[in-house]
Amino acid sequence: MENTRVFVGLGSCGIAAGAQDIYDYMDQELKSDNMDLEVTSCVGMCYAEPIVEIEHNGERRRYGYVDKKFADELIESVKTGEFSDKNLIALSDDGKKYLDRQVKIVLENCGIINPESIDEYINADGYKALAICIKEYKPEEIVSIVKESGLKGRGGAGFLTGLKWSFLAGAKGDYKYLVCNADEGDPGAFMDRSVLEGDPHKVIEGMLIAAYATGAKEGVIYCRAEYPLAIKRLGIAIAAGEEKNFIGDNIMGSDFSFHLHVKEGAGAFVCGEETALMASIEGKRGMPRLRPPFPANSGINKSPTNINNVETYGNVPFIILNGAGAFNKYAFKNSYGTKVFALAGKIKRGGLIEVPMGLTIREIVTEIGGGTSSGHPVKAVQMGGPAGGCIPERLFDTPIDYDSINETGAIMGSGGMVVMDDSTCMVDVARYFLAFTQNESCGKCTFCRIGTKRMLEILTRITEGNGVMEDLDKLEELAGHISKTSLCGLGQLAPNPVLTTIKYFREEYEAHIKDHKCPAGVCKSLITIQVIPDNCTGCTLCARVCPVGAIEGGRKKIHVIDPETCTRCGLCIEACNFNAIEVV
Amino acid sequence: MACKDCSNAVLEEARQIVKEVGSEPEKVIPLLQEIQKRHSYLPDDLVEAVADVMEVPASNIYGVATFYSQFRFTPMGKHLIKVCKGTACHVSGANLLTAAICDELDVEEGGTTEDMLFSLETVACLGCCSLAPVVMIDNKVYGKLTSSKVRKIVKEYKDGKH
Repeated sequence: MENTRVFVGLGSCGIAAGAQDIYDYMDQELKSDNMDLEVTSCVGMCYAEPIVEIEHNGERRRYGYVDKKFADELIESVKTGEFSDKNLIALSDDGKKYLDRQVKIVLENCGIINPESIDEYINADGYKALAICIKEYKPEEIVSIVKESGLKGRGGAGFLTGLKWSFLAGAKGDYKYLVCNADEGDPGAFMDRSVLEGDPHKVIEGMLIAAYATGAKEGVIYCRAEYPLAIKRLGIAIAAGEEKNFIGDNIMGSDFSFHLHVKEGAGAFVCGEETALMASIEGKRGMPRLRPPFPANSGINKSPTNINNVETYGNVPFIILNGAGAFNKYAFKNSYGTKVFALAGKIKRGGLIEVPMGLTIREIVTEIGGGTSSGHPVKAVQMGGPAGGCIPERLFDTPIDYDSINETGAIMGSGGMVVMDDSTCMVDVARYFLAFTQNESCGKCTFCRIGTKRMLEILTRITEGNGVMEDLDKLEELAGHISKTSLCGLGQLAPNPVLTTIKYFREEYEAHIKDHKCPAGVCKSLITIQVIPDNCTGCTLCARVCPVGAIEGGRKKIHVIDPETCTRCGLCIEACNFNAIEVV
Repeated sequence: MACKDCSNAVLEEARQIVKEVGSEPEKVIPLLQEIQKRHSYLPDDLVEAVADVMEVPASNIYGVATFYSQFRFTPMGKHLIKVCKGTACHVSGANLLTAAICDELDVEEGGTTEDMLFSLETVACLGCCSLAPVVMIDNKVYGKLTSSKVRKIVKEYKDGKH
């Protein structure tokens, strides 16, 4: 038991996978031996959650797929000091493939340290970069270093961070604001949540350095209300930072002062746009406004304001500590450093990854992610959320950098990467995203408000088998108008998912329109669900789960689905244990 | 003022909330969040009373409240079920979960059961994409669900096991 520490990964996804139960169970069992369990956060290997890590004589072993039975074995190991090699996820072939290509700058501490302990962050060289800045650098020198590093905004737009900072530093005004945009609204993206849950101090330190460099007095972290654990850990981190005088007046004995607080969002995707976000901070409806004036000149309460995303700030301490060269040595075309991606969807090894610029999509999907979870061929990857697009498999050799991704019609975005296989209907995906942006449009610009609605109607009728070929031209025409006449990114980029799917998967649209078929078997109006008589054992399970009573047949009799009554919800397919129900 | 019909108790609560949170214009969202935290939705009379105390028209406050999807204007059931509709969940069968819950509880999307035990909502993304499809009940997230698993979980809540 001596020289042994046990860590349980308690990020949101770990907890959802049962890590809290494992923590409580092991804590109970080990308490009698006077051993305290320690908490860490998501290490990024979400596919293997719950994860328990055991440090013994300085050596750390990371175990995955921990259930109660395996927890018992681990407890026994802790007591005896003898450790098995079962489920050692970081050393397994899968784990190596997952980890070997990654470079961790932003995620360096995630899943390693206790995010609720400032001392652990300090022990991992935390707040050292801030101290160096205050003692050794003039503010303008920091702006130069960040410029030289080539760091670009990681929220999606990819604007040079150092340049943005220089605008705020040069802006006139006594009171300047610094905002951290943690309103991560893209469905399919969870990078910012994981970073805030796993290493909140790194983001805070990045903000402090930015504040020192730009002269900002007050900071706001605008965080989604759907992320309660991130908000809680930010609160703990800010309080601890204030206690140690990293945040507040006369930081570290200097004349630099900076106050920081968290502002909870209230559920509006458009608030990820910077002018809408500022309106929301001011307590107004979160509607974007025309720029100029840019936030650097007139932001919150008309004061100069700088807004960066969570991951952007998370890169800053590394750049200061190691120099711009250590960061921009990871270079591809005009993009430098690393990018964090949330790898999800139909992928074998899903989770949070950080890769150097220039790695290809194929390397990420097949090597790191291990291909599709279904074993079926991969069809596309969706990047950039509702503002992004679908990149088909034939373009998977595209490297990860801002320019190359833009050329495909998608965008780098904030880092959501959703993998799709042949069971995903691309028309349905386009409809899904457009339904999302249509719902989230603030309504200010006519084409965004009404144009997206018309596009959604067209897409809906295509998925219902009522489309005509001219609809595709109409979609493209409307898309052009919406892009040109919308004020903010939400509208300008809203057509992207539709345009990229028409461009790369036109044959699927045509199958819906001309043949009234959904090749992926997703669109309800175009499919029939039927029993395969040879496979049906008459177990009655499907009839019992059918919510509309569309399935007939008694025990040991072959069942029949009435196509008139059937709503094609698919519950019977999922319930059947004999693969006896198919979609045609 | 608008709140001439408010009871003294409601006015008193409004004063207390404003005192706790603050009455500056930028406090409107935190004020609404506090009201909803206490009541699970925004009761008309309390919103109007808060507007009264802040000395602003109630329409200003409603303008903000109706913009954000977090705010509810009808009482919520004891348990709030949020089915995630994020991209990863969508392609992993989130619709099946909604269908199963609607069937199990005899409730529609966005509705509340007659016994006021459950409200069912869909949300854009809970950020647990690697465990798709997921459902959040109150503050607990359940991942890698199937319709039969989610039925079982909902039944447990029905039986008061959570």
